[in-house]
Amino acid sequence: MAKMRKIVTDPLIDNNPVTWQVLGVCSALAVTTQVKTAIVMSLALTIVLCCSNVAISLLRKMIPNKIRMIVELCVIATLVILADQVLKAFMYDVSKQLSVFVGLIITNCIVMGRAEAYALQNPPLKSLLDGLGNGLGYSIVLILVAAIRELFGNGTFLGFQIFGDWFVGNTLMLLPPGAFVIIGLLIWLQRTFISKHLREED
Amino acid sequence: MNLLNLAIESIFIQNILLSLFLGMCSYLAQSKKMESAKGLGMAVIMVLTIATPLNWLIKTYLLDKGALAWTGIDALASLDLSFLTFICFIAVIASLVQIVEMVVDRFFPVLYNSLGIFLPLITVNCAILGAALFMGERGYNLAEATVFGTSSGVGWALAIMALAAIRKKIRYSNVPEGLRGLGMAFIVTGLLAIGFLCFSGISL
Repeated sequence: MAKMRKIVTDPLIDNNPVTWQVLGVCSALAVTTQVKTAIVMSLALTIVLCCSNVAISLLRKMIPNKIRMIVELCVIATLVILADQVLKAFMYDVSKQLSVFVGLIITNCIVMGRAEAYALQNPPLKSLLDGLGNGLGYSIVLILVAAIRELFGNGTFLGFQIFGDWFVGNTLMLLPPGAFVIIGLLIWLQRTFISKHLREED
Repeated sequence: MNLLNLAIESIFIQNILLSLFLGMCSYLAQSKKMESAKGLGMAVIMVLTIATPLNWLIKTYLLDKGALAWTGIDALASLDLSFLTFICFIAVIASLVQIVEMVVDRFFPVLYNSLGIFLPLITVNCAILGAALFMGERGYNLAEATVFGTSSGVGWALAIMALAAIRKKIRYSNVPEGLRGLGMAFIVTGLLAIGFLCFSGISL
């Protein structure tokens, strides 16, 4: 049981897919100008990741090693199409804002990486938990970055005004460079205070 | 003239990596050495140049609403297959990358050795799929799509080579311990992105 819990909690902070394994950074940067889009994107990715991990884990004994990449891509692409259609049907405005980034979940390295590295060797239940853990780890970073960017860029959180009229929005936060610098600083924080035992050299 | 504008726009102003954030994973992983940055940059330019117009053809003649009208069959002409876009694009890209890999392996073994396992990873490089999707969203025609693909690749290669060069210098400087490696790469990329923002003042 403790082992199962570790599968979920390990990727949350210590072994976070975005800040530690550097996977799935593209979308983490692009959809984080608002908290709302970040939440929708995290949900979509977590669901796709869980489903793809389970599907690939169920198929793992049947997939020939040589064409496993193509099989994985097909499974993931099908799930992403489903997610995209659902978003278009029920949350059209958010889906417009996310534009191509929902489609880009296909090439999000977290999904592919977990399928390759975990689901191909492990039974479905464990793979599901692994998918959940990594999805949540991704969501934490995404929502954190989005909160910082929205708060200091617009003075709002989820669209509600937080700072009063005196606040002048820092446009740099909303522009691409802001996203890069914030993730860089988060990684610094994580490596200095939390994952001290894990170090890499350049 | 319009095409030239588009090229300049997608290399500098709307750089696929620094302002659209596509292809970050291999950008960070492969920018430690100038050699591999150069090789991967070239590979991305090559794949993007072929993949973007190819995907344009597939989208325009097979997948869009009413795209099958050229067959002359009414039942096909009314089909809207655009929900298949993602899976078709990724299949085209995956097979194309496989072919590029075999060609590079056969004719440029040195390059193949230095890129190692990262060539297959171009499949999951979001820059390729992202360019194809943006091309569809912005409604380019075939010529524009080709120029957009190539110049996005050039922009990407430019960004990764710039970062590789800067990281080489940073190795000799005294960076705070937690910031070493990845953290610094992000902050440098942020500064590069600020630099590229200056281009947005150019009116085309």
